[in-house]
Amino acid sequence: MSVDELLTTPLYDLHVAAGGKMVPFAGYSMPVQYPLGIMKEHLHTREKAGLFDVSHMGQCYIRSTDGSDPAKTLEEIMPGALAVLKPGKMRLTVLLNDDGGIEDDLMIARTFESEGTLFVVVNGACKEKDFSIIEERFAGRLVLEPLADRALLALQGPRAEAVLAELAPEVKDMVFMETTMITLEGTVCWVSRCGYTGEDGFEISVPEADAPAFAQRLLRHADLEWIGLGARDSLRLEAGLCLSGHDFDGSITPVEAGLAFTLGKKRREAGDFIASERILSQLQDGPDKSLVGIVPVGRAPAREGAEIADLDGNIIGTVTSGGFGPTFGGPVARGYVPKAFTEEGTEIQLMIRGKAHPAKVVATPFVPQRYKRKQA
Amino acid sequence: MTKFTEDHEWIDGDGDVVTVGITDYAQNALGDVVFVELPEVGGTFSKGDEVAVVESVKAASEVYAPLDGEIVEINDALEGEPGLVNSSPTEGGWFFKIKLNNTSDLDGLMDKAAYDAHVAGLD
Repeated sequence: MSVDELLTTPLYDLHVAAGGKMVPFAGYSMPVQYPLGIMKEHLHTREKAGLFDVSHMGQCYIRSTDGSDPAKTLEEIMPGALAVLKPGKMRLTVLLNDDGGIEDDLMIARTFESEGTLFVVVNGACKEKDFSIIEERFAGRLVLEPLADRALLALQGPRAEAVLAELAPEVKDMVFMETTMITLEGTVCWVSRCGYTGEDGFEISVPEADAPAFAQRLLRHADLEWIGLGARDSLRLEAGLCLSGHDFDGSITPVEAGLAFTLGKKRREAGDFIASERILSQLQDGPDKSLVGIVPVGRAPAREGAEIADLDGNIIGTVTSGGFGPTFGGPVARGYVPKAFTEEGTEIQLMIRGKAHPAKVVATPFVPQRYKRKQA
Repeated sequence: MTKFTEDHEWIDGDGDVVTVGITDYAQNALGDVVFVELPEVGGTFSKGDEVAVVESVKAASEVYAPLDGEIVEINDALEGEPGLVNSSPTEGGWFFKIKLNNTSDLDGLMDKAAYDAHVAGLD
């Protein structure tokens, strides 16, 4: 795809004005970094707050045509407990294919509409595929309304609440995985307490015409900086969060990808979703291979595609995400290894430019997640 | 006199042993350097061979041998402090010293004025 054919988000001019280095990503021209640089942007997000333009992601409403619960219908191909979602609650789930492989991971939120309408956010690189899977499979039963005229901003970091509370003090009452409609600066926004950095924060869906002024208003706060895709990737990697199409694809099940937590307890008992036989047997017996965290012993980062070897040099797997973790303070990686190598502390090797480098299997996240959960 | 390559390396020295590093333009384009893989002392390289790798937070980039020669010293400080490549690209952040097979090869490289013009043409 040539640069001329790239789409832009409603915030493109702001990125350029802020010195953003624009690169093609998921069909859009997106900022990979700003003058601060990936390392400082990453650390700033963990210490204060960062603002990310994630308008390339796919937003839509999903409604039922016959008055039934659209979440119940989606449960056929999504193994999460969706039908039980109350208005204002959201959940991470996975969209499965006939083999139980993960086509994408996505956020499903229940709106306050009496029909039980869902507000759904999917990955930018997958939005056309995801939307057509849902529209084709549920033709006549569900109506999917893409929200192409809305920007999506992620506000992340320990100061995110303070930044947003200046405009809307009520966000202090929200906890992780809650969503609500709030009027911010005179425009009605969807505000969700979630994110992709491991930090507390919000994702805010804003009508595109109002998005630049809204972003500029937020950025008046001294603790907030624009953060690019580069730091977004290192932040999510440290937080142990999967990158769709890399840490899993249509050949990988949620159990193999370490996403078994997205399978609802009652859904497991009922086995009422696509390819449940394969997935439930993997849950019971353990999958043949699993996504694990890997810490190289030395300083050399192992990137996506690097081969994983056992101590005898036999190739046993591949790195799916890897790089330098600025907060962790060293290289980190994730990749698939056979069952015999999944235990924490297992010694393995990473093949970097033809040379074997010692590494260890570790638990993820590499940096603790700091979500604002409901007090017990 | 310092010479330059199109691949944004600087080569400093007048005798047959010269010091090699990457330019300020290169470190700025790479971003925060987190690891440098240096060649082994004694290794011999021909012009254009991959001689080192610079890893930034973003990606890995190769460094090519600017001329034919043998590595006689490497900058061990980069192992503990790879950020020197960013903070001091032309001094503390040097990569290696190479003993040239033919010192006359230096004549084929760019001087500072030619390199500056080369960089100006890139942006």
